[in-house]
Amino acid sequence: MLLEQIHSASTGKHDRATPVSSASLGEEIECDARSSVMDETICEATTLMLAVRDNRSKQAFASLFDHFAPRLKGFAIRSGVASGQAEDVVQDVMLAVWNKAHQFDPKRADVSGWIYQIARNRQIDLFRRSSRPVPEDLISEETETCDAEQIVGLEQEVSALRDALSRLKPSQRDLIEKAYLGELSHSEIRETTGIPLGTIKSRIRLGLERLRHDLRETTRR
Amino acid sequence: MKNISHHIPDALMAAYVSGNLPHAYALVVATHISMCDTCRASHAAHASLGGVLLETGPERAVSTDLRGRVLDMLDAAPREQAPIRRAGIFPGPLMEAMNSTPPRWRPLGAGIRQSILHHENTSSVRLLYIPAGEAVPEHGHGGLELTLVLQGAFEDETGYFGVGDLEVADGDLDHQPVATGDVPCICLVATDEPLSFKRLLPRLLQPVFRI
Repeated sequence: MLLEQIHSASTGKHDRATPVSSASLGEEIECDARSSVMDETICEATTLMLAVRDNRSKQAFASLFDHFAPRLKGFAIRSGVASGQAEDVVQDVMLAVWNKAHQFDPKRADVSGWIYQIARNRQIDLFRRSSRPVPEDLISEETETCDAEQIVGLEQEVSALRDALSRLKPSQRDLIEKAYLGELSHSEIRETTGIPLGTIKSRIRLGLERLRHDLRETTRR
Repeated sequence: MKNISHHIPDALMAAYVSGNLPHAYALVVATHISMCDTCRASHAAHASLGGVLLETGPERAVSTDLRGRVLDMLDAAPREQAPIRRAGIFPGPLMEAMNSTPPRWRPLGAGIRQSILHHENTSSVRLLYIPAGEAVPEHGHGGLELTLVLQGAFEDETGYFGVGDLEVADGDLDHQPVATGDVPCICLVATDEPLSFKRLLPRLLQPVFRI
């Protein structure tokens, strides 16, 4: 039922959201992690991650480490990593965060979601000793602009996701947690109902369309 | 790529994001996402849900020297290897699986060819080349079968599948895809059957006997 809503919401958006109007481009601001405008509107983790990406700030990285390391360790242990090895996973994931920072695009991913995906990939690569197939990254030519409205919109979607998750029955939340910890097979996940994704897909989709637009502009110049 | 109409269902995407798909299926999913913005967005949305669980889950304190150790390693960290990019009809993850070399086709008869990319106990993934008008060889699959079109198109009882479209078939779907259009259909196919094309032979002989 939830999934149907998501579907109609995203297809509706998809149909009419073709080229981005010049009016909305005018709202774009310079992408600077230290910008006061962004400090007021964009969440701290995103600001820190942009400082790591753009300025290679070790201080910002240390703050991210303090926030995420204990969570990553808890997550690794819950997904079956022996506690002795959990810190190896944390170290590996945090180094990947530093090395892959150039791939972070706040219009398309929130920091926690981005780090979650790195953590799952790294954990599999480490323990299965095989490299997991990952999608080809979009070629992002250092897009100089950064649409604060889009970033904040995505953050709002993530916070709606958090609310939706907290409203689920404990048994349902438990299943979803098992699924995203990698403990359920595809057919088991199919049995679970109500993955509460809301309208986040269409929001990210919008970010992708903006990026495509920016890329076209870049190549036209 | 604008007309992709068959996408990755949510359960499959959740299994991919959480790393719980056998390698063969994961390769098809990663290749489809590389071709499809709708599923790129869906992928990020599922990762965000994982991110919320990471964010709100219980924390475990890390040992005091871990932070300093990781910070010390930042400068020594190796540069990321340049990712493997799409070449022709083959998106990046597929090129990587092919070791950046052209497919080594093996003939299966009737102009149909295959190139096996990876197989293990629980799954296998191959490229299939089917001349227009030919039927995709029968390839029994007890469970999930994913078919992604890279070139050309095919049609079966469930619909039309063009470039970028992904067909998700369960074991109980008895389908007979036929390549359509002007060019040969090239697909990436993942199944849970190790390698067998056993049942292919009788099917291929059918047209021969009819003549």
